[in-house]
Amino acid sequence: MNAEVAVIKTAAETALAQMFAQARDRLPGDDAIAARRNAAFDEFAKHGLPHRRIEEWKYTDLRALMRDAKPLASPPDAAAKTRAKDAGRLLGDLDARRLVFVDGAFVAELSDLRELEAGLILGPLAQAMTEGDPVVAGRLGRLAPVNDAAVALNTALMGDGAVIRIASGATIERPLHLLFVASGKPAAMFTRSLVTIDHGARVMLIESHEGPAAIDYQVNAALELFVGDGAHVDHVKVIGEGTEALHVSTLAAAIGSHARFNTFSFISGGTVVRNQLFLRLDGEGTVAGIRGVSLLKDRQHADTTLFADHIARDCQSREMFKSVLDNEAHGIFQGRIIVRRHAQKTDAKMMTQALLLSERAEADNKPELEIFADDVQCGHGATAGALDDELKFYLMARGIPPAEAEAMLIQAFLGEAIDGIEHAGLREALIESVADWLSARSSFEGRRSAAASG
Amino acid sequence: MALLEVKDLHVEIDGREILKGLDLAVNAGEVHAIMGPNGSGKSTLAYVLAGKEEYRPTAGEVRFDGRNLFEMEPEERASAGLFLAFQYPLEIPGVATMTFLRTALNAQRKKRGEAELSTPDFIKKVREASAKLGIDQEMLRRAVNVGFSGGEKKRNEILQMALLQPRLAVLDETDSGLDIDALKIVADGVNRLRGPDRSFVVITHYQRLLNYIVPDVVHVLSRGRIVKTGGKELALELEARGYTEYQEEVPA
Repeated sequence: MNAEVAVIKTAAETALAQMFAQARDRLPGDDAIAARRNAAFDEFAKHGLPHRRIEEWKYTDLRALMRDAKPLASPPDAAAKTRAKDAGRLLGDLDARRLVFVDGAFVAELSDLRELEAGLILGPLAQAMTEGDPVVAGRLGRLAPVNDAAVALNTALMGDGAVIRIASGATIERPLHLLFVASGKPAAMFTRSLVTIDHGARVMLIESHEGPAAIDYQVNAALELFVGDGAHVDHVKVIGEGTEALHVSTLAAAIGSHARFNTFSFISGGTVVRNQLFLRLDGEGTVAGIRGVSLLKDRQHADTTLFADHIARDCQSREMFKSVLDNEAHGIFQGRIIVRRHAQKTDAKMMTQALLLSERAEADNKPELEIFADDVQCGHGATAGALDDELKFYLMARGIPPAEAEAMLIQAFLGEAIDGIEHAGLREALIESVADWLSARSSFEGRRSAAASG
Repeated sequence: MALLEVKDLHVEIDGREILKGLDLAVNAGEVHAIMGPNGSGKSTLAYVLAGKEEYRPTAGEVRFDGRNLFEMEPEERASAGLFLAFQYPLEIPGVATMTFLRTALNAQRKKRGEAELSTPDFIKKVREASAKLGIDQEMLRRAVNVGFSGGEKKRNEILQMALLQPRLAVLDETDSGLDIDALKIVADGVNRLRGPDRSFVVITHYQRLLNYIVPDVVHVLSRGRIVKTGGKELALELEARGYTEYQEEVPA
């Protein structure tokens, strides 16, 4: 009963097909890349935008949510670059080497390419594709699942992104920060990045996405991340898009043996967000921390979908995703841990928790375990609930005003996830972002109650 | 005028009347004990004074330092100097005890128009107060009451009281679940704070605590009203004779 019934294309699907037809000749890359783009678009066109009957996209029906497809963003002009100069404030004063992408295109003059550490090689993807870099061609698309609609669209339309390689044994002290900024046009940006961290290397990689409020731009960003044996990698993604942005992003990573890998997703922006993670633990003895926090209000919709695939034995993974949902926000977490037949002694624990600050907010939590090995320790849990009034009263009875009491309890709720970030500066910056979100909320609440009583 | 003045107070919870015309006046510097059988309304009195939402006053009035208590939010009552030591102190995972103490202290200072305490001053204050109560520094770094024993939780309540320096402290069965050593530590903590400007309402089921915190006045609460008031000897009398004469009538 898998008959494809709905072949009627939506406006967005039609626009995407037109866009691809018009753009494919001027998108970067040689014939081999062009052939890949065509294949990827055909793959997308077969099924169209994902909808609720596709299990992985059950809660994020892009057919319904994506009313139109924006035109491809044009290269940023001087004005766009000027507007992008202030970007990155979400992360405070964090000292990092920035690679800045404005409207999906690398901007060298806003980036910091000076005095590269030994063992660090980086450059823009568009250039690598144009020059026919064989390593890039060989690695691109190896990790991102071909049958995922968002990935297929990204492969078909990818314009630019970062290509980074960290050599064996190199320790890169300064975090690398891929900063993606939308300058303010209602346009679409497709970025693809490729990061290879060789054996025993150490690096911290930050991806942040931001743009102006009230502009309905669209972002599709993908990162393929190769983590070598014994490497230590911390990855943080901050999705702080503008209020009307549609953001779909993918992390596809393969992690070698005896590695330490942490990834953290921080979502506070965008009107529709899909954050997908495809993680493969390929080598034995690796420890992975997979965490995230979503702070959603108004009618924001954010979906984090995770596949953590334990392929090799003796790995440990900890998955923890927390969301705070206010107003009519909708938070979704779908997490699947797969333990393959040879992944004996796997130790995996997944927890997802939603805190509902409003009766109209909605949380969907779907943790799943799929286990084919017989000697493993796996578990999962999910909770959803409101703030505890008893705790709030206890704080108020000590003189703490209600808004501050709520903020304390929300911070405490999120702390368990945020504490998983090893880099102190980044951890502090995100705690600060949470505090900003909470103070914006309480000043709004304050105005609201003043209006109600006045 | 009394610091706390309760007149003909009626309080309902879930539509059931628990306090049925309670009168009480506590002057500055006095320690009042309120004793009574289970279900007589002791904890209800504690909660309604602190401002817990579900406890709804339906008649009567309460004045605290001349102000109508029911026009004040719970946090305003706390800042005005009213403190409730909870019978069951709550655990707050993720909030470090130090952070909690500091936020509370500074919130109250701010409300009263005083400057916030500097970090060194604050730490010094907490160290002194906690040392007297036998609370070690390790406990202060842990989340509020998480993993604390019953006795540690009660000592933590007294620590909060010592830091916040209230004008009226209501101790709701602070003795329950304490062994004799913990009881002495808690009682010493209270006695150190006694003074001409500070009053206490000590709610307890047993006379035992009153050997250590000697009250000026003892009240018997039964069926939602104060039915007898006397000196400290009243507590001993209750200990000897029990609450039988004040018990609820058991319906046949």
